[in-house]
Amino acid sequence: MFESLADRLGATLSSLTGKSRLTEENIQGTLREVRLALLEADVALSVAKDFVEQVSIRAVGQEVSSSLSPGQVFVKIVNEELVRIMGEAEGLNLNTQPPAIILLAGLQGAGKTTSAAKLAYWLKKREKKSVMVVSADVYRPAAIDQLRTLAAEAEVTFCESSPDQKPLDIVRSAVDQAKKQFADVLIVDTAGRLHVDEAMMAEIKQLHDVLSPAETLFVVDSMTGQDAANTAQSFNEVLPLTGVILTKTDGDARGGAALSVRSITGKPIKFMAVGETIDALDAFYPDRIAGRILGMGDVLSLIEEAEQKIDKKKAEKLARKIKKGKKFDLEDFRDQIQQMNNMGGITGMLDKLPGMGKAAQAAQDKMSDNMFGQMEAIINSMTPGERHYPDSINGSRKKRIAGGSGTQIQDINRLLKQHKQMQKMMKKLTKKGGMANMMRGMGGMMQSPGGGMPRG
Amino acid sequence: MTSNVADEAEDSKPGLFSRMRSGLSKTRSRFVDGIGRAFLGEKEIDDDLLEQIEATLLTSDVGVEATREVITNLTQKIARRALNDSRALFDSLKSELVGLLAASESPLVIDSSKKPFVIVMVGVNGAGKTTSIGKLANLLKQQGKTVMLAAGDTFRAAAVEQLSVWGDRLDLPVISQGNGADSASVIFDAMAAARSRDIDVLIADTAGRLQNKKNLMDELSKINRVLARQDPDAPHAVLLALDAGTGQNAISQAREFQSAVNVTGLILTKLDGTAKGGVIFAIARQLRLPIHFVGVGEKLDDMRAFSAQQFVDALFDDDEFSDVQN
Ligand SMILES: Nc1nc2c(ncn2[C@@H]2O[C@H](COP(=O)(O)OP(=O)(O)OP(=O)(O)O)[C@@H](O)[C@H]2O)c(=O)[nH]1
Ligand SMILES: Nc1nc2c(ncn2[C@@H]2O[C@H](COP(=O)(O)OP(=O)(O)OP(=O)(O)O)[C@@H](O)[C@H]2O)c(=O)[nH]1
Ligand SMILES: [Mg+2]
Ligand SMILES: [Mg+2]
Repeated sequence: MFESLADRLGATLSSLTGKSRLTEENIQGTLREVRLALLEADVALSVAKDFVEQVSIRAVGQEVSSSLSPGQVFVKIVNEELVRIMGEAEGLNLNTQPPAIILLAGLQGAGKTTSAAKLAYWLKKREKKSVMVVSADVYRPAAIDQLRTLAAEAEVTFCESSPDQKPLDIVRSAVDQAKKQFADVLIVDTAGRLHVDEAMMAEIKQLHDVLSPAETLFVVDSMTGQDAANTAQSFNEVLPLTGVILTKTDGDARGGAALSVRSITGKPIKFMAVGETIDALDAFYPDRIAGRILGMGDVLSLIEEAEQKIDKKKAEKLARKIKKGKKFDLEDFRDQIQQMNNMGGITGMLDKLPGMGKAAQAAQDKMSDNMFGQMEAIINSMTPGERHYPDSINGSRKKRIAGGSGTQIQDINRLLKQHKQMQKMMKKLTKKGGMANMMRGMGGMMQSPGGGMPRG
Repeated sequence: MTSNVADEAEDSKPGLFSRMRSGLSKTRSRFVDGIGRAFLGEKEIDDDLLEQIEATLLTSDVGVEATREVITNLTQKIARRALNDSRALFDSLKSELVGLLAASESPLVIDSSKKPFVIVMVGVNGAGKTTSIGKLANLLKQQGKTVMLAAGDTFRAAAVEQLSVWGDRLDLPVISQGNGADSASVIFDAMAAARSRDIDVLIADTAGRLQNKKNLMDELSKINRVLARQDPDAPHAVLLALDAGTGQNAISQAREFQSAVNVTGLILTKLDGTAKGGVIFAIARQLRLPIHFVGVGEKLDDMRAFSAQQFVDALFDDDEFSDVQN
């Protein structure tokens, strides 16, 4: 669905082919594309501008190696820069006199209450902590009920509170309770608030002062647009944030807000929320979110792997052959299959491609990676002539090949169909070039009905 | 100062669409040369102003594509010398933007021949569905209609309790079967109850769901199918709650919900913050969805009819534009 950055950069960089260095002049158009791509992914304008400047500084003077196209070199730089800014995955820092307090803050509906319960569950399950949760939300209807229900689900201690109480009183008594019950951690849920609501911001500042939390986490919806910048800025000014929870990442938003919040606050994103259930919390992986913002999975790690694992000589031979207008025969197809197998099989590969998570799942369900082995066996059972002229493979030949490879006629048919598709793709590919494109095409082939797999 | 000023500005501070605008710069430079800068005074149309406008649109979540179109139109008008000063520029810009939304400025009409008139509220998680139901019920009640609520969110913790609080505040009946019940059957039963009690409007809450979750979207379609058994036209309205803070993903939200349940109108929530909700330009054009209301707070009466003019004015009500607009 998303046009990958690699694709869009391809166009602006095609003029670069043959040049050995990236210069300020020859990357102008490309930088503009990067900026637009970031904006389309909802990265805040100011953040996108700064980011592009950083990329420009890094890119200028960069050599273009022979194994990668200028587009790929550029994508690599953009991605590395993005991952660098996103920072390392960092856990919670709860080394303090218990109870260690975690305070959650954020806009209305961001996912604070749900995240409070998820964190409690996480700490209980993974770190064997005794956890208490409390709601200081006396405004939203049934906010306290919501946390009570979730706490019961997570099987953690719930500290009662009521909408008649003042938030400050609620948290004071919760701290007492937590001490009395020797809780390791106390998680404080708060009402959603707008950063421009002075009274409400003063309230949470006061809560913070009373609690001196070990962690003050800003909860932000990954679907947020440009406003993420304003919001993060204001919350960060009022509260000494220690980290961020990025929610609703199970959706299909590009998640540019993650970059905005991270660069504006400088605070680490500590968790990603990935669903509505109590266990739907993940540690944060900078490379995952970077690939998502750029709309290309981690095509990049694929590029890297390709560089390492692909038998370059064979690949070059193939490229030359196709460029000369020679057709892509079944022997070439077998080489490709072997190379794909080297790269961790279909599931390993699909996993890395943009938007292919589902396909990878389906692949796992529908066919095993030893399908590559089967395909290889089929081709091995053919005569050289058949490999060279697949059209000559008629019914009786198919029977023989199936017998020889221990497969069914329909397997032979499928393989021939896949080969045809691959052939078509190779034709297109040589026009554009690039490993990433080829890999994307392969994903598409495996996904199409003709490839023997249902759409994910 | 001569024509290079514009050219230099172009080079040193390339706006996103500066390529597109280079035509303009030349035109403008000639213009400046011909008439003389003095005449233009402070209200001159320059690259800075255009860049500010562009930035304002982008930071309002209008999106790259829609922004590009608006700026292109403006630059063409300027090139044709249809706009003489920044005042004219703003008038033209605003009226173009208002024009883009004009067709969407359409009120929610309750057809009183449908009894009960069934409204289903849908949207992604936390968008403001339940709160908007409270506000809408309040409005309808003030208009003298009898209203009933259906607690169709049987999934989220305390969703039923939350809707019940709104029901209590408004003294309205809330039909529920508790957590875990089948959402479609809760709403189906509520419709039957509303009919037997001669209620004018039934508003049904549903659980928040992300539009990429096919099974959850199918569940919503099922609600529609089930209701149609009681009245082939039901539900009579399907309202999508959209958080104004949402970025470009709102477009896919609108599209997917529309295709799953035939959304009839939008409520744009949380406009009381600093988010501008500019993504509705793209939604209005691509999907031609009416925008009935905007949410401006968490209280019962914090909802307003959508006004294209007010919405557009709010995009430019920052200080930086105050001196050039009026
Ligand atoms: N799909 C999905 N839904 C989520 C996630 N996190 C929270 N939600 C849902 O988002 C909605 C809002 O979550 P809450 O936890 O109530 O948000 P909140 O920030 O406490 O809201 P207020 O207290 O009203 O400000 C609920 O429907 C949650 O189930 C997530 O990671 N994925
Ligand atoms: N400031 C502001 N807050 C709002 C507005 N509308 C809703 N909210 C708040 O947003 C949060 C979520 O609202 P809900 O009505 O629970 O949202 P929902 O879509 O029903 O959420 P789920 O059922 O969990 O998917 C609550 O804290 C509301 O008070 C609005 O117009 N302005
Ligand atoms: Mg909450
Ligand atoms: Mg709700």
